[in-house]
Amino acid sequence: MPLEGALDRSADAAPPIARPLARGRSGRLLRACVTNPAFLVGLMILLTVVAVALLAPWLYPGDPQDMVAVPAMWPGEDWEHPLGTDSLGRDVAAGLAHGARVSLLVGLSAAAIGLTIGTVVGASAGYFGGVVDNALSRLTEVFQTVPTFLLVIVIVAIVQPAASTIALAIGVAAWPTVARLVRAQFRSLREADFVMAARSLGYSSPRIIAMEVLPNALPPVIVTTSVMVANAILTEAGLSFLAMGDPNLVSWGSMIGDGRSLLRTEWFLTALPGAAIALTVLSLNLVGDGLNDILNPRSGLA
Amino acid sequence: MTVLGRAGRTLRRTAWQALPTTIGIIVLCFFLLKMVPGDAADVIAAEAGSATAETMAALRARFGLDQPLLTQLLSYLDNLVHLRLGYSARFNMPVSDLILARLPNTLLLMLAAMIMALVVGILAGWVMAIFANRWPDRLLQVVVLIFYSTPGFWIGLMAIVLFSVKLGWLPANGNMTLGTDLTGFALLADRAQYLVLPSLALASFFIAVYARLTRASMLEVQRQDFMRTAAAKGLHPVTMQLHHALRNALIPVTTMAGLHLGNLLGGAVVIETVYGWPGMGRLALEAVTGRDFNVLLGVLLFSSLLVILANVAIDLLHAWLDPRIEVQ
Amino acid sequence: MMYPLLRVEDLTIGFPAATVVHEVSFEVFPGETMALVGESGCGKSITAFALMRLLPPGARILRGEVMFDGINLVTAAPRTLRDVRGRTLSLILQEPMTSLNPVLPIGMQIAEVMRRHEGIGKAAARRRSVELLELVGVTDAQRRYDDFPHHFSGGMRQRVMIAMAVACNPKLLIADEPTTALDVTIQAQVLDLLDSLRRQLGMAVLLITHDLGVVAQWADRVTVMYAGRVVEQAPVRPFFASPRHPYARGLLDASVGHDGEAHYTTRRLNEIPGSVASAAFEHGCPFAPRCPVRIDACRLSSPPLVALVPEHRVACIVTAGTEHVPAVG
Repeated sequence: MPLEGALDRSADAAPPIARPLARGRSGRLLRACVTNPAFLVGLMILLTVVAVALLAPWLYPGDPQDMVAVPAMWPGEDWEHPLGTDSLGRDVAAGLAHGARVSLLVGLSAAAIGLTIGTVVGASAGYFGGVVDNALSRLTEVFQTVPTFLLVIVIVAIVQPAASTIALAIGVAAWPTVARLVRAQFRSLREADFVMAARSLGYSSPRIIAMEVLPNALPPVIVTTSVMVANAILTEAGLSFLAMGDPNLVSWGSMIGDGRSLLRTEWFLTALPGAAIALTVLSLNLVGDGLNDILNPRSGLA
Repeated sequence: MTVLGRAGRTLRRTAWQALPTTIGIIVLCFFLLKMVPGDAADVIAAEAGSATAETMAALRARFGLDQPLLTQLLSYLDNLVHLRLGYSARFNMPVSDLILARLPNTLLLMLAAMIMALVVGILAGWVMAIFANRWPDRLLQVVVLIFYSTPGFWIGLMAIVLFSVKLGWLPANGNMTLGTDLTGFALLADRAQYLVLPSLALASFFIAVYARLTRASMLEVQRQDFMRTAAAKGLHPVTMQLHHALRNALIPVTTMAGLHLGNLLGGAVVIETVYGWPGMGRLALEAVTGRDFNVLLGVLLFSSLLVILANVAIDLLHAWLDPRIEVQ
Repeated sequence: MMYPLLRVEDLTIGFPAATVVHEVSFEVFPGETMALVGESGCGKSITAFALMRLLPPGARILRGEVMFDGINLVTAAPRTLRDVRGRTLSLILQEPMTSLNPVLPIGMQIAEVMRRHEGIGKAAARRRSVELLELVGVTDAQRRYDDFPHHFSGGMRQRVMIAMAVACNPKLLIADEPTTALDVTIQAQVLDLLDSLRRQLGMAVLLITHDLGVVAQWADRVTVMYAGRVVEQAPVRPFFASPRHPYARGLLDASVGHDGEAHYTTRRLNEIPGSVASAAFEHGCPFAPRCPVRIDACRLSSPPLVALVPEHRVACIVTAGTEHVPAVG
């Protein structure tokens, strides 16, 4: 990728001409953590979910798809399986722990893919303008118009469901938001004095994009990241709820889908994984809102 | 300029802008169709049980599959212009008929959800802005954030448990009572009953989106100079909000509503499954299980066109709300 | 002696973090133009907004009285206040580009004031609005009634704002830097318009400005503010002939330059050495750090406003010769 190359090459070259970024950002970040309880709560929930995901193989060794007890046991009935068991006698707690891995993994990689595509498209469109901008904006509009979830379904149906393909499909469908954002940032930064200065010194376009514009365009993108991960988790949940997820993995969405047949009686089978999704996405949104307050203190609108 | 004249100009401009998007979507669908492993000849051969290389070649020639890609794309375009989306082997009927039969149900669901999302979202956002940073705002912010973070289909399932199973108030499956012969108001009431839960589940996320947006944009408007002008005129706070603030605050909300239409249609796929709602989304899912890609891509194409059409409507609304649009 | 139309007494305004306006007192008499002048940040705009109780969120009137037309606006009920606003007391803001509602036709925005205060019908309000538009110099007013703010230039928008402000024949018009955002050539036109309307309608104008040229040309009396306090108050002629406060003297020296009065117009007030003291300054005279004639006593307490001759008041213990008079609250 040209951007990365540019970054490597210029790492030991002259420092960027100006860095309007605030110096004390880490200081502000720390202070904001203390003064913004919602952000702190979100971060703590998120870290807990991450910890559970990382520790799942030790907390619940073995395949969470194995039958371990009597089917359809309510939470609290047997403290061996505190959150009960599903219609096939699988431990719900084990499923939730292992499901966290899938949700976070798919969410993170989908967001990474979406961010990469979106940043490259948006940066080129915003920086170069003219014909490039026109063509890329049209492309963005096409992907923005197509119903995201349907597109993901079509892609997954064509390439066969697996965690990797699902992440790819979600990423491919989700990039337009980032592209629009980055494009807008680049368009306004393109004419900034420090970019003009870099251009007048004869720096190459990839170098200016990567070293001068991108760092200053990043704050809103960082904020979007948490929202993208959250949306990717929601999309993955919907997909596996429809039994279009990775058939070899337990995910929160598939647990809801499985629990649905017992909805009228054992509704906790649906409620618990859904609550796990909601809690995780909530934490991501809290973190996103907090980051927004920290990084774009003057931004009024989402 | 008259309102009608402005509407006409907006319509023309929007239609002109929608054209490349439409073509782009068609090309995207075409390439997705090409990505599907196996082609129509394979499908027919598989259904026939066996086929020789010659019959396969003959079949491919008949479907034009031996032509260069560009020629195939052109004939695909030609088919679309004449509303020929292909034939569904699984449902044994033309894809366009299949989709058109499901379309009204999805439209109904979408419309109900959109109206619910806008009305509830804007009201909630407005209340939050009025009580900014006091307890009604904080409480609503928490509620809204929960709606914003919770999958709509799960809210739908939980609503079934509460309103259908426990309370028995609302039906949870289908879009009307089967085997009855209702007319007039009774029919309407019956349909409305079935519509409540699915549209609520579909709207939940968007209620949150619009509430957050309305709050932010209302607060932004309150800071504007023209609100101070309005107060300096001696207007009542309610008049100020209704007459001066709301319309300005709605402009970004309608822009967002346009961007979210696609997501709303996507969400309908899951919600239709949860509630056994016979719409396009569920058709798409049935197509996936039957590996009927003609139908699947037909739905994708049709929904995208629907989004474009709805965007035109939003643009009209936008032009009505914001007289400055004609300048841009 | 005429009774004042507006009497502001001891007005003190604070934000949670700091007090920004300290014990401001002044009067406006019927029919006159009083200029409230000072550098940006000196508290003059906040004072103007406080008169109408239109303070930005967070700001509060801590003390003082605003007697206008027999009503204390500081304690008036919201309903009473709404009946005053736009009818007997109206306001023009600095930024014509943002002070009109962008999504409503301008004619309607003018008609709204009259319908609110005079209870007249739609048609009558429209007729009167068109007349007002003509009065403020909008040509083709009948047709432009339905135009939106973005169809007008900055100067024209300010004319629309003026039409809106004078619609109900107010007794006092507060104009907060009405020409700062406009081109120099348009500034004089707008101020001339304001002045002729003042004569025609017999209203008083409280003109908030930082431009001494504007004060010299259009005001009858002047109140100079520095760091949230009134430092000098005088009729315009004696003020320009012999300003008493060292700050005012500095201002005039800085503006006059070498060519005398002719070049006031475009100069700003920030050309005195040093920088504006924060309005939150608590001890002593706020101008002391920049003052060429300061004495030790200046650091002790903030000087009271005392009359040197009737109508010419100054808050400076050195020029007033009141070093030994204890300061009052």
